[in-house]
Amino acid sequence: MNSWLRYWVIPASFVMALMLTMLPLPAWAQPYRPDWVALVAIYWVLALPRVFGIGLSWCCGLLVDVVQGTLLGQHALGMAVIGYFAQRFHQRIRVYPLAQQGLLVLVLLCVKLTIVLWINGITGHAPDNLLLYYAPALIGMLLWPWIFTLLRDVRRRQKLR
Amino acid sequence: MQPLFQQSPGITLRLILLGALSVSVMTLDHRFDHLRLVREQIGLVIYPLQILVDMPARLGTWGATALSSRTTLLRENERLRSDRTLMQAQLQKMVALETENTRLRDLLGSSSKVANSVLVAELLAVDLDPYRQQVLINKGARHAVYAGQPVIDASGVMGQIIHAGTFTSTALLISDPSHALPVQVDRTGLRTIVTGTGSPDRLELRFIPATADIEVNDAVFTSGLGGRFPPNYPVAVVSSVERRQGQAFARVYATPTARLDRSREVLLVWHQPESVPASSESE
Repeated sequence: MNSWLRYWVIPASFVMALMLTMLPLPAWAQPYRPDWVALVAIYWVLALPRVFGIGLSWCCGLLVDVVQGTLLGQHALGMAVIGYFAQRFHQRIRVYPLAQQGLLVLVLLCVKLTIVLWINGITGHAPDNLLLYYAPALIGMLLWPWIFTLLRDVRRRQKLR
Repeated sequence: MQPLFQQSPGITLRLILLGALSVSVMTLDHRFDHLRLVREQIGLVIYPLQILVDMPARLGTWGATALSSRTTLLRENERLRSDRTLMQAQLQKMVALETENTRLRDLLGSSSKVANSVLVAELLAVDLDPYRQQVLINKGARHAVYAGQPVIDASGVMGQIIHAGTFTSTALLISDPSHALPVQVDRTGLRTIVTGTGSPDRLELRFIPATADIEVNDAVFTSGLGGRFPPNYPVAVVSSVERRQGQAFARVYATPTARLDRSREVLLVWHQPESVPASSESE
């Protein structure tokens, strides 16, 4: 039972990610906000796929739906899909150099953005500027090396395998 | 020893199951109200985080007031005092008009209007999805807030509550494309519906025939039809009318009078529709 307490860093990192998602930004900056929860989830699926997998990714997506006020299940579906790919190929992705990982993260983030875009289109909330809509994926890719190193140091300090 | 390439069994199956679950959850949330409890429960867990995120903005406002010079505060006090005297004078006139209105309605045999009770609330400094026009309000079900309740600010109608959590509620603004509001043009009495376009300074008036009498700067008020919003609250001012050759309908856009992207304080209105209430669908 005690060993599970070592994993407190995982929920703590998601709490930080959720708070960053809610942080008030000026209106012009809001479309550029990176998908913090997705980035943190991709890291944990790559690092600890047996502990944090597709199921927990789906649950985190549900949390994002409540936090963002979107349709319940919208981000959950997106997170489940990227959790699937991250878990399926985690052995290969983990040994890639950071830059190449960043490109893969870009692809995963774009996949999630597209899924959310489809659902938004069905409910009538399609964005006007598609280029601006995918900007967060680019910013997420640029932030990936920092997030990866940060969470890896945290994980190593807690000696989570 | 563990195999070198260990694959979690049934991961594809889990994806399919979660995918199907997501789709059903989305359908239930979009079309029906069954998931309200789920959202409320999760909202309770999220609530402390929202308060944490809102705190810096709140501390900032408090700090600015606490550190204001005495002169500034005295001046603001003076201004508020004179504003209040002015408004009390205007209120006296309104009370007289209301009494006259009730008297006339009695004479005509119609039912009298009931004054709406209101509650002042504040927006939490928390950002929601940038592609939906929603805001978070710091009053919830424990303050008797309900889903469908109208939200107005000092200058006009802002929207309606769509989720009433325990401590906070989410309001949909009239600028959201999925929000439709029954309105009436003040000058001509023309009844129509106003929907959002996704931008906070542009609403669209729908179903206006090309031959209708409508022009720029016409004031638009709630009509009270649908039973959800009380009548005669200001909504918008017509900003452009476009009549094209061969088109049966005109494209009419309006600017909302409420300060949708700037108001910090809002009013929640309890509205009882007078006659038989219309259907309880929100759009």
